[in-house]
Amino acid sequence: MNGRPFTILHYDLTAGRGMRREFSAPEESLGGSGLAAALYREYGLPGEPPFHPGQPVIFAVGPLTGYFPLMSKTVCAFRSPYTGEYAESHAGGRLAMSLRMAGYDALVITGRAKSLSVLVVGGRHMELHDVHYLAGSDALSVGKHLRRFGHGASGHRSTLRIGPAGENLVETACINVDTYRHFGRLGSGAALGAKRLKAVVVLGDSAQPIPEGKDYPKLFKDIHAKLTTTDMMDKYHNLGTPENLLVLNHIKALPWRNLQQTTDPGVEGISGERFAEQLLLRKAACSGCPVGCIHIGLLREMFAAKNDYLYRQVAYDYEPLFSCGSMLGLTQASDVLAVMDECERQGLDVMSSGVALAWAVEALAKGLVSEEQTLAPLRFGDAAGFRQGMVHLGQRSNEFWRVLGSGALKAGDAYGGADFACVLGQEMAGYATGEVFFVAEALGFRHSHLDSGGYSYDQKAKDKDAAKAVEFLVKDERQRVMVTCMVACLFARGVYTPELVQEALRVTGHPEAADNLDALSGEVQAWRWRLKFDTGYHPDRVRIPQRFLEVETWKGRMDPVFLGDVRARYTKAILAMAARLPE
Amino acid sequence: MKILQAVHMERCIGCHSCSLACARLVHKMLSWDNAGIRIKSSGGMSTGFEAQLCVACDPAPCARACPTGAMVQRKGGGVKYDASLCIRCGECARACPVDAIHLGSEDGSPYVCIHCGRCVGFCPHSCLALNDVPERRPAVLPEFPDPAPAPGEKEVRE
Repeated sequence: MNGRPFTILHYDLTAGRGMRREFSAPEESLGGSGLAAALYREYGLPGEPPFHPGQPVIFAVGPLTGYFPLMSKTVCAFRSPYTGEYAESHAGGRLAMSLRMAGYDALVITGRAKSLSVLVVGGRHMELHDVHYLAGSDALSVGKHLRRFGHGASGHRSTLRIGPAGENLVETACINVDTYRHFGRLGSGAALGAKRLKAVVVLGDSAQPIPEGKDYPKLFKDIHAKLTTTDMMDKYHNLGTPENLLVLNHIKALPWRNLQQTTDPGVEGISGERFAEQLLLRKAACSGCPVGCIHIGLLREMFAAKNDYLYRQVAYDYEPLFSCGSMLGLTQASDVLAVMDECERQGLDVMSSGVALAWAVEALAKGLVSEEQTLAPLRFGDAAGFRQGMVHLGQRSNEFWRVLGSGALKAGDAYGGADFACVLGQEMAGYATGEVFFVAEALGFRHSHLDSGGYSYDQKAKDKDAAKAVEFLVKDERQRVMVTCMVACLFARGVYTPELVQEALRVTGHPEAADNLDALSGEVQAWRWRLKFDTGYHPDRVRIPQRFLEVETWKGRMDPVFLGDVRARYTKAILAMAARLPE
Repeated sequence: MKILQAVHMERCIGCHSCSLACARLVHKMLSWDNAGIRIKSSGGMSTGFEAQLCVACDPAPCARACPTGAMVQRKGGGVKYDASLCIRCGECARACPVDAIHLGSEDGSPYVCIHCGRCVGFCPHSCLALNDVPERRPAVLPEFPDPAPAPGEKEVRE
């Protein structure tokens, strides 16, 4: 396995054929984010729109995937139907391990199937099945139908699927991975829908070699012990990310009611503590991760009189609880799960959809749109209306819902109310922490809280030094790019320091990639920006709506001058990163 | 002699750490099939997990079925396996009453738990344990004389 190149599978849905080939190597592109960017350069069509059949949807893992704990995520790269630009979204579940066990570092899907289809791939499988009968099926029930593909592989495969939203090309549709994980943001679900691809089943049906000698099992054991016997992973395992609700609410940084407030006593009803106490059913894990951060809530509902009950299992995290909870003014934990469950069935990105609904509530209350248009009564605190809203978003019930599915800012442009659209490149993440985060998400590569820790910088910085803030954003992004090239879970970013990643690369036979890790990470960072520019991005075109400037946190009101300074400097830094590569 | 038992599968989170440890440490490869313990979802992610592993039969049907002596009875239950004697016929897997033996897709080699316990420490929730062989004497039931044949039935005796 010394210095082996990557093995990829390119499947062309139009031709109904796939080809296995060697492509690049860890020494060139590291893997994950870097491999995906290199593959987009090879297969992508920068001059064509996102729904062009030739556009690739890429799933890439890294050289350490499966070989070490928490190397358990997959990068999905695609041309975003939401922004029109080159995009990445990351997911856990069993996909990364399934790709590794199938013998692939990446799966590239191009073309468009003749009818709604399921692609089944593995080390010894490559089949395209017509599933026209699954058209319109929801993202959860379709999982049960898909169990017949790869019979006997239960637990040793991964099932990606889209719901009605993806089929209907809603720009905020997601890809559901193994029921509880998602390629959530920027519309990957619609990218698959445009290919008439309802699902992909990856069978992890073959064995892979491991490095000889004692170094590898020893390093594995050390890392495993660090992750399981110290408290490093405790916050992800214990209450999980929902522990943030009380923390952020306390410092006035939790977005409430379309960001009209940043704190509310109602948080008690939707806190991580409340969920753990009342609704947490069990936890689950991604394959190859002993942490078990997937928190699954039990939603019990009386569906008819005389005590007729049904139950649903809904995975929850901080971001869905913010977007479908505080942002919608819901203060009952079970109400939040009910809205999330409907969103899950439609196959919509939960963050984008919750935040878009919050805009719709305010637009309706201000008379910019009518209830004839919204079809449902949308009011903060009323879960029933939001459940209907999720269905309308997924089904694109009318022109209003069609526009809203493409994002709250576009809806604001169409109906008025762009000033209160909580959109920073895409619908905001749940951190009303201040100027640095707002700029970081708005201009950032993924328009996400995952690109860099701007939210954390806001909380720690005592001064308003824009140059220092931007230096932090660029440096932190580079470190995270290194992690997502491997593709480790970002929860393990404190464990997988550059030194440890280098050691892991060395014992798995990639000394050259280890030696050049920092330089290669910088190169990948630059390539990602370059691809984003090549597909239409420019930081000057990004808008930061007025609502963000009205936010009041524990530090007081936002400072527009400081925000402008951070923005100007970050713009310059991004332009410099994209220009770092030769033309 | 001790045997490996999946005693708390209701705590399992589906991380596969046990299978991966077995494949890595016992079989020197990266696999979740080619391992003595395999974790399957029992009807999708929403219905929990089950472990496929040897239940340490004594006598072991797989050892009885093996035509070459590659699998022989292990004291305390289960089997010992000698790959050099194995002809990859798969009779052991067919004889196993609990589907605990996986035949590798590469060459048909059988993968069965050898009750070494190396996976135990990798389970984050103590689902697995290496236990002393439990007393497996069948319960003694009270004896009764053979019932008389029902009226109209002929008594058949060899």
